Amino acid sequence: MVRLINTVFNLVARRLDGPLSIVIVVLVSLGLVVIYSASGGTSFDRAMGQLRNFLVAITAMWIVANVPPQTLMRLALPIYIGGLVLLIGVALFGEIRNGARRWLNLGFTTIQPSEIMKIGMPMLLAWYFHRKEEGLRALDYAIAALILAIPTGLIMRQPDLGTSILIFASGFFVIFLAGLSWKIIISMGTAFLAFLPFAWGMLHEYQRQRVLTLLDPSNDPLGRGYHIIQSTIAIGSGGVFGKGWLKGTQGQLDFIPERTTDFILAVFGEEFGLVGVLLLLALYIVVIGRGLMIALNAPNTFSRLLAAAITLTFMTYAFVNIGMVAGILPVVGVPLPLVSYGGTSMLSMLIGFGILMSISTHKRLVAS
Amino acid sequence: MIGQTLRNREAELSVFRRRVAFSAVVTLILFGILASRFLYLQVMKREHYHTLAEANRISVVPVVPNRGIITDRNGVVLAANYSAYTLEVTPSKVPNLERALDELEPVVDLQAKDRRRLKRLMEESKNFESLPVKNRLTETEVARFAAHRFRFPGFEIRARLFRQYPHGELASHAIGYIGRINDADLKRIEAAEQTVNYKGTDHIGKLGVEGSYEHELHGKTGSEQVEIDSGGRAIRSLARSEPISGNNLALSLDIKLQKVAEEAFTGRRGALVALDPSTGEILALVSMPGFDPNLFIDGIDPVNWDLLNNSPAKPLNNRALRGQYPPGSTIKPFMALLALDSGKRTPDFTIADPGHWMLAGVQRPFRDWKPGGHGMVNLHRSVVVSCDTYYYGLANDVGIDAIHRFMVQFGFGSKTGIDIDGEMPGLQPSQDWKMKRFKQKWYAGDTISVGIGQGYWLATPLQLATATAILANGGRPVVPHLLREVHDVKTGEKRIFAPKTREPMNFKPEHLALVRAAMVDVTQPGGTAAASAAGALYKFGGKTGTAQVIGMKAGEKYDEKKIREEHRDHALFVAYAPADQPKIALALLVENGGHGGAAAAPIAREVFDYYLTGKLPGPRKPTVNDGPAD
Repeated sequence: MVRLINTVFNLVARRLDGPLSIVIVVLVSLGLVVIYSASGGTSFDRAMGQLRNFLVAITAMWIVANVPPQTLMRLALPIYIGGLVLLIGVALFGEIRNGARRWLNLGFTTIQPSEIMKIGMPMLLAWYFHRKEEGLRALDYAIAALILAIPTGLIMRQPDLGTSILIFASGFFVIFLAGLSWKIIISMGTAFLAFLPFAWGMLHEYQRQRVLTLLDPSNDPLGRGYHIIQSTIAIGSGGVFGKGWLKGTQGQLDFIPERTTDFILAVFGEEFGLVGVLLLLALYIVVIGRGLMIALNAPNTFSRLLAAAITLTFMTYAFVNIGMVAGILPVVGVPLPLVSYGGTSMLSMLIGFGILMSISTHKRLVAS
Repeated sequence: MIGQTLRNREAELSVFRRRVAFSAVVTLILFGILASRFLYLQVMKREHYHTLAEANRISVVPVVPNRGIITDRNGVVLAANYSAYTLEVTPSKVPNLERALDELEPVVDLQAKDRRRLKRLMEESKNFESLPVKNRLTETEVARFAAHRFRFPGFEIRARLFRQYPHGELASHAIGYIGRINDADLKRIEAAEQTVNYKGTDHIGKLGVEGSYEHELHGKTGSEQVEIDSGGRAIRSLARSEPISGNNLALSLDIKLQKVAEEAFTGRRGALVALDPSTGEILALVSMPGFDPNLFIDGIDPVNWDLLNNSPAKPLNNRALRGQYPPGSTIKPFMALLALDSGKRTPDFTIADPGHWMLAGVQRPFRDWKPGGHGMVNLHRSVVVSCDTYYYGLANDVGIDAIHRFMVQFGFGSKTGIDIDGEMPGLQPSQDWKMKRFKQKWYAGDTISVGIGQGYWLATPLQLATATAILANGGRPVVPHLLREVHDVKTGEKRIFAPKTREPMNFKPEHLALVRAAMVDVTQPGGTAAASAAGALYKFGGKTGTAQVIGMKAGEKYDEKKIREEHRDHALFVAYAPADQPKIALALLVENGGHGGAAAAPIAREVFDYYLTGKLPGPRKPTVNDGPAD
């Protein structure tokens, strides 16, 4: 009997990474607690919905964790190409919702192909550099830049600035970790700054507003600035220990917009205070640290680049969302990873962790 | 070569390690920045933000639009709004609500049912929401509360619009009512992506026109940005976007005609649908008894609910749309038209009616309602005297599927498409239907009873009225509807509502003329509805009907006086007037009323008289001479 339980446990857990799994569960649980409060504190509907999202996502994570990295490597090109085709499909036939063309109706379901790219982009670039192991030339970086630029541009045109930045980041991390020389990075950075005035002209009006509002929220207190003003009031008034669960007046009195999704941290900060926020930051650091460790111990270029890029993308998510809610970054519509309500972001996030776990638990078998 | 690759690998690995280390340091710096930002907000600036949150200032409050007004076709208001004061409370701001309510009792005449309702509302809502304690305060109560306001923090008086149905029970089944939004309504609102538009709205149309035209009546919610104090009270308005009132609806109902019709039913249960045969506009829609829709607006109290819901007369049941009855002899004109149309009968074909009809291979005779029979009967007389025997034979010759095909053209067996919810489809039986429903084959005997509108055939009064309108307008299918015009408040334009109709049917005009001539003679001396037409200034066509509630055993005689009232037959009548250029067509049913000619036809006469001449017939003579006509 004991042996049977052991066998089953082993079968379920052997491809899972212990520390990572525990922190994920803790973060999602925290999220459920805050979602319950942020949805009014009277109905379990939203929290139960999120629990369902989590159960689906963790199943997907487990499946991916059981796929060996070699198979993932073989899947890199098909996933990327598939995602690219769907993105072009969106540009041509996509559905417009809330003024943006992001969704594609496949007949049986509606999808947001940019989500596929969140995984597909770092996978393909990691695969590309893995093949070019014998020494990288300038041309290789140019091709990599093209692989990165096409989907990013398509998503930026939808328009979806937040997602395009994140997908750009995920690909850039791979190129950076592969060893792109500092000289190029610095000169590209300088070129980018020089390009900014032109980029300003290409941005949509609402995107410009977001940037302007960030610089001075008080110039539009009832419109764009409202989000930031109200969320900083919520966080600031929470103090060191917070107002207590379900007791945040800012959140409960409807002052915080989108408070179960993008602005959930404002509710969290108001009700649990600085102590809660520092705990949350610490949990994210643990996830990031563990991810980088997995990358350092990975057996080959593909695994290494992919694991580190996924980890750093996760870091970017957390930083962009927290910075936005705290009023130091523009409002770009990025959820707080593992905490915000939402099935799609939860799914792509946990598939990423599934890849990390696959890399961490399969290395003994492939290291040669 | 191999050495080179190895060196490359090592070089690449060391670059990778340095870059990861660099990333880790950057991560720590970024998170350090975040931590110090929170330290700044939550420790150093805490007082500042605490003050802001306490005095929180800017709140966006929805401004609810005025609900559209409903009138009849002549502009008589059927559903109106009026403004009144209501006392509201935000429970989270009252330390001891029970005691506050006790103290409030003498100030605003708070009653036990008000407190019960508040308790229920509190269970359903958030603590931070403002809930009504007492609606429709009198001027005195408002003044008294204002004087004592300091004693009741968290309580507030607001001016709100209330719905009112000035005619009470009249046309209640057509107009419907609004009620407080419940969970099911919320789901519907969410599904229609209207959540934002319903912020601040407490009521929603539940039934009738109020329910099905909710999207026209509700309007667009505006918003007001107000500065509020820590008590949640608005101090001043900062910006405002005006709401857009809901559209006003003019119905096709003639409320005076409706009143005449309902009064004609006094003391009886039943339904009547009258419509304009050329357009399908419903002029009167009666289901008796009715109910007072005003009771439902703010949640019906348990006592009244019990009365309505458990009454054996079922006042909440809309018989006109939902009552499915055997149509009885009222379908004989349609069968007669089918007889001519299919070529199975000529106008001159005559039978000698012995008072019963035998089906080959069946022992039991199918009896005519008149013992001994009607003598010599041709098509015309079969309608005028309502001869069952004629139709037994006809049904047998035509067959059930031909009957089915013909009758569905008139709308039997499917919903008419009326523009309010809840309609039942009735039942037009066929071989296929019986096989699907009972897994049984159709027997020849089944067809015979269908021939006189009994057996499996079921129709709603609305279906009968629509079919009669089609006879009256010469074969153009119409969709019955209650809405006549939408008055768009925003643009000021009037939109006429006209549902799409199907292609006209193509029977020969001379066939239709024969049937209509027979229907006119139904109301002439010798016809089954002769008494009801006596003294009329115009001619009208009609057909009586009787629907059995219980089956009679063979040889048993139906004796009205010996049977309990709820087992007596339903009386039916379909009619149109005037005979040559019909302006109104109707169908009506009196539950357990007995014979159509005696109980139902006089009601039609009153409706016709009022609609066509503006007067009512004189006091009705006792109907002893009507005889037991079908």
